[in-house]
Amino acid sequence: MPGLPPLTHEEAQREFAETLSGFTAGDKPEYADYSRCIHCGLCLNACPTYRLWHNEADSPRGRIRQMALVDQGRLELNEAFVTHIDRCLDCRACETACPSGVEYGKLVELARAQIAKNFKRPRTSRWIRNFVYRRLLTDPRHIARIARAMRFYQRSGLEAIVRGTRILRLIGMSKRAELMPRIDREFFFSRLGKTFPAQGERRARVAFFAGCLAQVTFTQLNDATIRVLQANGCEVVVPADQFCCGALAAHAGERDVARELARKNMKAFSAEAFDAIVTNAAGCGSTLKEYAQLFATGREENESTDDAERAAEFSRGVRDVTEFLSDLGLSARMREMKLRVTYQDSCHLLHGQKIREAPRKLIRAIPGVELVEMPLAEQCCGSAGVYNVTETATSMELLKEKMRNAKSTGAPIIVTANPGCMLQLRAGAKLHATGQDVLHVVELLDRALTNA
Amino acid sequence: MDHHLLHELEHLLGHDGVLSRPEDLLLYEYDGSVEIARPQCVVFPAKTADVVRIVELSNRYKTPIVGRGAGTGLSGGALAREGGIVVSFARMNRILEIDIENHRAVVQPGVVNADLSLAVAHAGLHFAPDPSSQRACTIGGNVSENAGGPHTLAYGVTTNHVLGLEMVMPTGELVRIGGKAADAPGYDLCGLFVGSEGTLALVTEVTVRLTRLPEAVKTLLAVYDRVDDATETVVEITARGITPAACEMLDGWTLRAVEAWVHAGFPLDSAAVLLIEVDGLREAAEEHAAQIAEVCRLHGAREVRVACDEKERDLLWKGRKNAFGAVGRLSPTYYVQDGVIPRTKLPETLREIDRIGKENGFEIGNIFHAGDGNLHPIILFDARDSKQFQRAVSTAEEIIRFCIKMGGAITGEHGVGMEKDRLMPFLFSEADIALMKRVRDEFNPAGLLNPGKIFPTGKGCGEVRVRSQRNGAETDSTHEESSPA
Ligand SMILES: Cc1cc2nc3c(=O)[nH]c(=O)nc-3n(C[C@H](O)[C@H](O)[C@H](O)COP(=O)(O)OP(=O)(O)OC[C@H]3O[C@@H](n4cnc5c(N)ncnc54)[C@H](O)[C@@H]3O)c2cc1C
Ligand code: SF4
Ligand code: SF4
Repeated sequence: MPGLPPLTHEEAQREFAETLSGFTAGDKPEYADYSRCIHCGLCLNACPTYRLWHNEADSPRGRIRQMALVDQGRLELNEAFVTHIDRCLDCRACETACPSGVEYGKLVELARAQIAKNFKRPRTSRWIRNFVYRRLLTDPRHIARIARAMRFYQRSGLEAIVRGTRILRLIGMSKRAELMPRIDREFFFSRLGKTFPAQGERRARVAFFAGCLAQVTFTQLNDATIRVLQANGCEVVVPADQFCCGALAAHAGERDVARELARKNMKAFSAEAFDAIVTNAAGCGSTLKEYAQLFATGREENESTDDAERAAEFSRGVRDVTEFLSDLGLSARMREMKLRVTYQDSCHLLHGQKIREAPRKLIRAIPGVELVEMPLAEQCCGSAGVYNVTETATSMELLKEKMRNAKSTGAPIIVTANPGCMLQLRAGAKLHATGQDVLHVVELLDRALTNA
Repeated sequence: MDHHLLHELEHLLGHDGVLSRPEDLLLYEYDGSVEIARPQCVVFPAKTADVVRIVELSNRYKTPIVGRGAGTGLSGGALAREGGIVVSFARMNRILEIDIENHRAVVQPGVVNADLSLAVAHAGLHFAPDPSSQRACTIGGNVSENAGGPHTLAYGVTTNHVLGLEMVMPTGELVRIGGKAADAPGYDLCGLFVGSEGTLALVTEVTVRLTRLPEAVKTLLAVYDRVDDATETVVEITARGITPAACEMLDGWTLRAVEAWVHAGFPLDSAAVLLIEVDGLREAAEEHAAQIAEVCRLHGAREVRVACDEKERDLLWKGRKNAFGAVGRLSPTYYVQDGVIPRTKLPETLREIDRIGKENGFEIGNIFHAGDGNLHPIILFDARDSKQFQRAVSTAEEIIRFCIKMGGAITGEHGVGMEKDRLMPFLFSEADIALMKRVRDEFNPAGLLNPGKIFPTGKGCGEVRVRSQRNGAETDSTHEESSPA
């Protein structure tokens, strides 16, 4: 039997206005979005947390239902709800699986915005969140300062001493310590404001989006990206006043912070016209491409709709570096490298930006390189932004399976497309002693260039 | 629910293996259908012995018990219509044995259909039943619903691929029927249990036949300007004695919905497309593909396209397999029917569906396994008009009744469940139903296993129970309908 007709959007608004929604006005999951879920269940087996525990509450369908129930006042926005939403990796594999076009990423970010507004987390957790999302990530000077302190810790021998003791294991931090990025000797900040000329005939002029933490931990990758772009005929401009993209804040539900950062970036990249705004971080790219969503909801009274339009305009120009190079076509000469590699899909490239072929095409374009697919390459490695720090046990379980699959290919190199994934996979290679090297797609391309 | 029972279940399965908080139970009140019913607890057995104990407890506490796989069912089969315990088999998901040489596999019921095929693909094998939900639904669910799929035409339904079952009977004993041998001695009981919609036993292990992946596959897309031409093509293909591996039809309205999402290259201005696949040895497949293409053209196909590579083939199938979801993008308020007719009656039936739709003022999209005559008409209705909704219900019924008149049935593959129980009397005489009930009562004497399914409940036939799918809002209503003819 069919059910009663579901409510129209307006009716739903009216009906739910009468019941007590567990959500407050502003950034919240909307009926028009969550009612798209026809609870068919086709997403279940794609969801890493469902695959681990097989509980509806930790499945996409169950999470969407919980949002609906809270919105309809049938479920409290309580600890249980928060736990299930926290445990979501925001990997968006469910979006790829969904035939009904549910925009899960948007829904979960809005649910998290509600949690941030309406749920009181324990005091330390609040303090840390406040520090990380509101202070650290919003200000490059903070990032540099902390990075310098950490660099001192890592290079002075202090870290070696700490690791030599069993302190980390005692406080349950030994795995997290593996995940800690190595701080660069030289930061990328010094490249801000510079322009790097195209090699040979100029085929395009692009703006490079450098990221926030990547500027102190992935300088090599950023430099490699610029080199590869140059070698393929791109003039690369690194706009000076760029900030963190806001992805981490948005994923954590701190949407006002994300909006503020978005405004700054829109300004920094709008001074000149570029053929594209290029990033090598799939996580950033996915957010940069969805800036308009940030401004579609939760706009305050006095704010105009201009931001949303400007954001849409900005997003149209954003390209992941693999997408951009694959569309442009490689023109640089590359040497032959006899290598076997396997590719791990970065969730925010594959599921967030729906880009599957571009990185593979680039890898295959390198003479001599053989790409061996690993089973379940499209499954999250457990990195998921800050997930490996906030939900370490789950993250490590996913990583274990990932490393098993990566190892089964026999490839000595794992290639991926996002700095966060690289950190996680490197930690995995170490923890599970697979002996594999982890590289970004552009780093592999860069290797083929350098000795050409 | 009796807290002693809950306590015993937790003792057996650990806290991790039992859900009983209201917020968790709310997430087991639905499946893929539009029905709603909430259990009092959900349990996750890890092994067969757990299931035996759970069934014993259900008997001791006289509490209903319902099996659940992935909950993709389309007839409310996995819902606890009368409350009680839902037994989720999702964690019993190990492939126990793969016997490549003899083309057999032994699996736990929670193994996902597509995962089994993936696990044996390296040996050139697959599990042939391929419901459109295959990447999520479980083998246990397939067994219970006797699931089919697009390739049912050539390969048969689930029952043709199940050789043995280990089951826990509602009375608590553990039994094994069939086995690896193709034709086990004694009664062929597998056939009885496969398709019993979880009302006769809980399945704890399944021995299945694996099928060799065909050497060659040819996928054709035939495009038509008239629906009649498409349906007549289907009739003629079978008349010529060619059995395609699959033969699916999407009408113009549906393919436009699908195309908007998948971009499979379905021409937007056509009235219908046929997606036909032949497989087998290379020469035979090519020969059949050529013959089919000829039949298509003969019957007015304006274009016949052959997928030139694996990628194009996948894309065409993606369009088909995600069709329901794609319709969901247009409006979550649609109703999928699941009727069956002899395929020679296809042109006539489609014309009638069209007529019934027009008469009632509905747009009806049609997707179906045309080769088997298994129709899935989709009725879209305007959610804001409650009269129209009532009309959608009676329209659906009119269609199903026409199917029965054509010599067909009320469900092809989605099962009766709690959705179509009241339609059973249209198809079966009282004596027929009484016989089926005797079978059920023989195995499930106390009626504790999956009660309230398949057979019409006590309510008068003209009375229909309707539940809301407002994402779970609880509104039950009862409304009158014209009694069946
Ligand atoms: C988008 C979509 C497309 C679909 N396409 C098809 C299709 O092409 N063909 C088709 O046939 N079906 C199709 N279905 C229906 C559904 O997927 C199938 O019926 C499938 O077999 C159900 O499997 P499940 O694991 O989800 O079972 P569930 O829905 O969880 O349960 C189905 C029934 O099986 C019983 N059950 C489950 N496990 C056991 C067990 N271990 N022991 C005893 N009983 C058990 C349940 O009690 C219930 O009665 C589709 C569904 C969706 C949502
Ligand atoms: S985003 Fe990933 S973890 Fe979250 S529900 Fe979707 S598939 Fe599961
Ligand atoms: S696949 Fe999409 S529509 Fe189906 S249950 Fe998952 S989110 Fe909902």
